Amino acid sequence: MADKVDVLVVGAGLAGLAAAYHLADAGIETIVVERGDYPGSKNVTGGRLYLNPVRPFFPVDFWNDAPFERAVVKEKLTMLSARAGTTVEFSSDALRAEPRHSCTILRAKFDQWLADKVSEKGAFIIPKNKVDDLIFDGARVVGVKATDSELLADVVVVADGALSFIAEKAKLRAHRDPHHYALGVKEIIELPAQTIQDRFGVREGEGAAQLFFGSITDGMVGGGFLYTNRESISLGMVVGIEALMHHDPRIEAPELMEILKARPEVAPLIDGGNTVEYSAHVIPEGGIAMMPKLVGDGIIVVGDAAGFGLNLGITVRGMDFALASGALAARAIKDAKAKNDFSAASLSAYEKFLRDSFVIQDLQTFGGMMRVLDNPRMYTRYPETIANIFEKLFWLGDTPKEKLTATALREAMRGFGNLDALKDAFGLLKV
Amino acid sequence: MAVNIKPKLGLNAYKVDATSHIAINHEICKTKCAIKFCAFVCPARVYTLGADGLIHIEHDGCLECGTCIIACRSAALTWHYPTAGQGVQYRFG
Repeated sequence: MADKVDVLVVGAGLAGLAAAYHLADAGIETIVVERGDYPGSKNVTGGRLYLNPVRPFFPVDFWNDAPFERAVVKEKLTMLSARAGTTVEFSSDALRAEPRHSCTILRAKFDQWLADKVSEKGAFIIPKNKVDDLIFDGARVVGVKATDSELLADVVVVADGALSFIAEKAKLRAHRDPHHYALGVKEIIELPAQTIQDRFGVREGEGAAQLFFGSITDGMVGGGFLYTNRESISLGMVVGIEALMHHDPRIEAPELMEILKARPEVAPLIDGGNTVEYSAHVIPEGGIAMMPKLVGDGIIVVGDAAGFGLNLGITVRGMDFALASGALAARAIKDAKAKNDFSAASLSAYEKFLRDSFVIQDLQTFGGMMRVLDNPRMYTRYPETIANIFEKLFWLGDTPKEKLTATALREAMRGFGNLDALKDAFGLLKV
Repeated sequence: MAVNIKPKLGLNAYKVDATSHIAINHEICKTKCAIKFCAFVCPARVYTLGADGLIHIEHDGCLECGTCIIACRSAALTWHYPTAGQGVQYRFG
């Protein structure tokens, strides 16, 4: 006879750990099964965590001892043409203020910290143990088949990440569509803290986030990212998988990092740095369109496994959705436990909680964003036009210079004064 | 530009699974897939197209991202996570 617990969580990422934290806090017996050696050992972020969306879900002092790398006080957006780059830099008192707006993190460290918080609450985390399948009683999920044993539970929380084999086994999710996923690759590049502060113009404990889009993806949806950590830089590229599959001429994924690192806008930032890790992960970017069924009898899906991610081009989110969805799943399970009813109907309170929160509201508000971003002109003609405008404004040649507004207007008309651009602008206005 | 990915993978900590977590049905691959997406969408270059026309797999450098199974439209690939505790061990992530 297999052991039975109240709740079994598949995966010790942010969604699974957030669920376990709140379940254990409510006195619900919870086991988290994690396939890695330790929580975080299989997890990758860009990455930065936006804190304001998740604060309401945790105690006020919860984040005080969190292993944040740097607080992001500077946001940079760099638009690249083949030979030029235009960077917008934004900083503000609000970004510099406490409590912090967003912080960079490294998942190996961060997830272990969160797992310790969960253990303190009384949940058990079992690493080096992989859930291979679900156990059913009719259509109802009653447990899991893991590496060492079979475990029974009233509810299985599916938090096994973007690929979510378990949601697939529960028939909650359809086959994966390459349009709905992006590939992210990243290097961790070590640099002394002072060097990072000098290069990005930030103080100790403060950092910058920089996104790059334009010619580096040659028309493919995606771009580059850079986040400053305490003593390293997270530098990476994201491209839509469908776009990568059909791009002509073919681009090999191993080249993506090199394309970014070769850019003169990037190279000096990482100069002298030492790459210590190369990672890759898929990112759910399909939004509402890829959302699986979120609950079944005895089962509930959270975080990346549920497709909760949102790329707006200038903000890239996922971890805040993961933490919030985990917390809301715990709330629904708590209510279900009070009624001793773990059916899909009972657990569907989770969907209501999500709809009442930023999780589904933001996904709905920005549901059209992927259509806007998945447009080659966003990565070719528009960043080029912006670069051309500035190049004409800044450049002095050996002939008399014409009036500034005339120059700017002509270049702007050349890039933006056509029906495509009008349609694209209209599309953007709807978002 | 053909990047040699091996030195970069060498930076990572791996616990190599003795048995491969990736399997390929060569018959399906040969007959149903002309493009061999796996050979260029994989960031670790786990898949290479051999002179024999078959896809060769070196599972030990796998970063466990799963791009290959999303991109494999012919369902020739069977891919699951490595044995618990095996595979890539991200020290930063």
